[in-house]
Amino acid sequence: MEAGTRFLEIDDLQKRFAQTTAVEHVQLDVTRGEFVSLLGPSGCGKTTTLRMIAGFELPSSGAIRLDGVDITRRPPNKRNVGMVFQSYALFPNMTVAQNVGFGLRVAKRPDAEIKQRVEEMLALIKLPTLGNRYPYQMSGGQQQRVALARALAIRPQVLLLDEPLSALDAKIRVALRNEIRSIQRTLGITTIYVTHDQEEALSLSDRIVVMNEGRVEQIGTPFEIYNFPRTPFVASFVGTLNILRGRVVDSAGGRIMVDDQEIVAAHGLEQARAGDPCSVALRPEVVSLGETGGNGNRMRGTVEDVNFLGSIVRIRVRFKNNAISLDTFNNPRLSPPRQGQSLTVNFPREAVLVLEPPSAG
Amino acid sequence: MAALTRGRLGSWLIILLGAVYFFVPLIGTFEFSLRYIRGRYSLEAYRIVLADPRFSATLTYSTVLAVATIAVGVVLVVPTAYWIQLRLPRLRPVVEFITLLPLVIPAIVIVFGYLRLYNSNSVLPLTGTERTTDLLLMFSYVTLALPYMYRAVATGLRTIDVHTLTEAAQSLGAGWPIILLRVILPNVRVAVLSGAFLTFAIVIGEFTMASLLDRPAFGPYLQLMGANRAYEPSALAVISFAITWACMGLIQAFTRGAPGQVAGAR
Amino acid sequence: MTEVTHPAIDRARAAPPWVSQLSWTWLGVVPFFVFALMFLIIPTALLAVGGFQDSHGHFTLRNIADLFSPSILSSYLISVKVSAVSAIGGSLIGFALAYVALSGGLPAWVRPTLLTFSGVASNFAGVPLAFAFLATLGRVGLVTVLLVKLFGFNIYSTGFNLLSFFGLTLTYMYFQIPLMVLIIAPAIDGLKREWREASANLGASAWEYWRFIALPILWPPMLGASLLLFANAFGAVATAYALTGSSLNIVTIMLFAQIRGDVLHNQNLGYALALGMIFMTGLSNAAYIWLRGRSERWLR
Repeated sequence: MEAGTRFLEIDDLQKRFAQTTAVEHVQLDVTRGEFVSLLGPSGCGKTTTLRMIAGFELPSSGAIRLDGVDITRRPPNKRNVGMVFQSYALFPNMTVAQNVGFGLRVAKRPDAEIKQRVEEMLALIKLPTLGNRYPYQMSGGQQQRVALARALAIRPQVLLLDEPLSALDAKIRVALRNEIRSIQRTLGITTIYVTHDQEEALSLSDRIVVMNEGRVEQIGTPFEIYNFPRTPFVASFVGTLNILRGRVVDSAGGRIMVDDQEIVAAHGLEQARAGDPCSVALRPEVVSLGETGGNGNRMRGTVEDVNFLGSIVRIRVRFKNNAISLDTFNNPRLSPPRQGQSLTVNFPREAVLVLEPPSAG
Repeated sequence: MAALTRGRLGSWLIILLGAVYFFVPLIGTFEFSLRYIRGRYSLEAYRIVLADPRFSATLTYSTVLAVATIAVGVVLVVPTAYWIQLRLPRLRPVVEFITLLPLVIPAIVIVFGYLRLYNSNSVLPLTGTERTTDLLLMFSYVTLALPYMYRAVATGLRTIDVHTLTEAAQSLGAGWPIILLRVILPNVRVAVLSGAFLTFAIVIGEFTMASLLDRPAFGPYLQLMGANRAYEPSALAVISFAITWACMGLIQAFTRGAPGQVAGAR
Repeated sequence: MTEVTHPAIDRARAAPPWVSQLSWTWLGVVPFFVFALMFLIIPTALLAVGGFQDSHGHFTLRNIADLFSPSILSSYLISVKVSAVSAIGGSLIGFALAYVALSGGLPAWVRPTLLTFSGVASNFAGVPLAFAFLATLGRVGLVTVLLVKLFGFNIYSTGFNLLSFFGLTLTYMYFQIPLMVLIIAPAIDGLKREWREASANLGASAWEYWRFIALPILWPPMLGASLLLFANAFGAVATAYALTGSSLNIVTIMLFAQIRGDVLHNQNLGYALALGMIFMTGLSNAAYIWLRGRSERWLR
């Protein structure tokens, strides 16, 4: 990334608490207007990283630069970043309008300007009539939108969101996340979004930073992260995976023996030795029913379970010790396979992701 | 950074001042109680106090009364709280209001009312004889302890599923006495115990009601010593404090750190 | 098809269903209500009624008027002063202690220790507390003697006297402060850390956070707690009796003497005195409940 497009630079950030290292060697450059997600399980350091950007935690080492200015040691009330909390954190003694206008009031802006900006923000979050309500009179989804408006009212340079949708119902979550994304696009504001929900991260982000145990596992676009995971952790955390366990037969040819059936992996086995235990991953969408021409992999198994989910039919096929799930579209002209029926599944060689033994690079 | 450590220093200062204000009187009392023999520290004051027949007499009296208060209190409160939760939830605000009245109406007013209502000229002359006055004093203590006892038991009952337990017991053929004794009471044991220890602390230290009803309780004995002696009162204060501390400690041990309750003579 | 009728069924149909249910279930709470009537409600009510009667039992407002006579009024005033000062002092210091322990960035053991000690200290009141303060700040008390020995400074030479208004108030604080800590702790816990962070994030300084967010949220429960402390001190008698005896003529001491020996030479005036006390403590508690309802509304 050229120097000119780097807007928010997180430079080798590290945070140590008494016994543990919460964040280690986090390096990230964000361009202006980009939507970046920090994705990972609880305790992976994503929230700590976000809080260091906001100023609520002091890094043990490393630097944070915003538009060229080093803000690493600036107190949190002087950074001009807007934060949306998981628990909304609306001030309970103030109305919606007073909450949204709080940052401007603290900055001692004239009343008329505050009034106009609050109206603008309420219109943006599509709650123009709720200005006089108190937080306890509103639903969770409404409160979170107000929290978003409050953070944006001060025209921050960066918007930070700490798992903003975790406390909400599933249906509201999907609607609200799309709204957040469209507001972000409209305003063109640089955004860092922390979540443990990989579906959220995949659907919202320009880029995703997958974190685990304080370290960055991979940074890339959703397409890259999903299709070309670089570590076993990323592969298993993002999206659903089928995992097959077997042994390496021939590393040069990429041949693996799984449950007495041989399959070929197009790459990933270069460093392996014959006889090594091996586990590979397959995305459900790369597996198809039936035979195929060409040099794709084929495996024969029995139908263990069929779940009719409406538009999707999820079939679980068992081999000897392994099983895989595959999804096919519902076809009214073709009844789903029956339990116990034997059938063949096929998948391309390139789709086989080698998880173990780990390959270098 | 600098602001953080400065703030923390101020916090520690406040805690320190609080600790000083709290501990110095305790230390002072203990030190004073050791001064009986001029020139050196000794436990003479304690020896005198413990040898005083009135000490053991009044302490025994108050202890017996405390146990009676606890028993009557439990018998009164547990079935009531249970019944309210099970069958009469609409009456709960009324009952809770009543249980809070002893916190609003000062003890001296309550006992004044007793003296008016139960004096020798009234229908129920409870102040007529010593035994019945003891009874009256016990009931007054039950009244004093009512807020804490009720709140402890009601909270304890809320944590168990009263309806289901009752229905299960009934389907197995149990009548009300068995349900209360074998099913409900064991499940609110902790709450009852914490109420019991608090009641014990209240009764042992109580002065106003015992004094005005003219009964030989521990509280009036303490006050009498204070009026007539120099060093024994401090020894008594240390003993009294130890008893209070023991009660509170036992409550903490059984409830594991629920916030404290306030009761007792003021 | 003939309809089945029976007098019992007609009766049951006539009354609302919950009436028959109540008539038997009420039995379960009868002991409690009997006890409450006999030992709480009727005695107090009788006192209240007695305050409005003369010695022949006729209705009169004389006693209420007599409450405003100089000696009794001054007694009420002293009580109010002692209670107010110990309540205000207790609530400010108690709040500072509670806030510092619960959210002041101190190590984790401070909080449970403070709450435990508060639970114990708030029960160490009455006669033993008076003894404790006499042993500490009395003429030959530990602190008095130490100050003379170490600094040559005798606090009694400044006119300080433990057996005075100031001494009693200081002694009252010993249970008022812990009581405040216990009452206000939940309210302080309710101050979510995120509000502090959100306010800083929006540019507010620590002072602005207190001014716009923390104080508006905290003052109703704080005021309510002060009122509880006031009522608590107003009704206290044992500590005062043991410490200042009849030298400080607070209402409870006066009432105590009246009960003992009718020092007012007017039984009904005594009842009016008690009525006045109930009025003060009742008003404080009512105000406390109102304030608590107000603040809880926001924090739902």
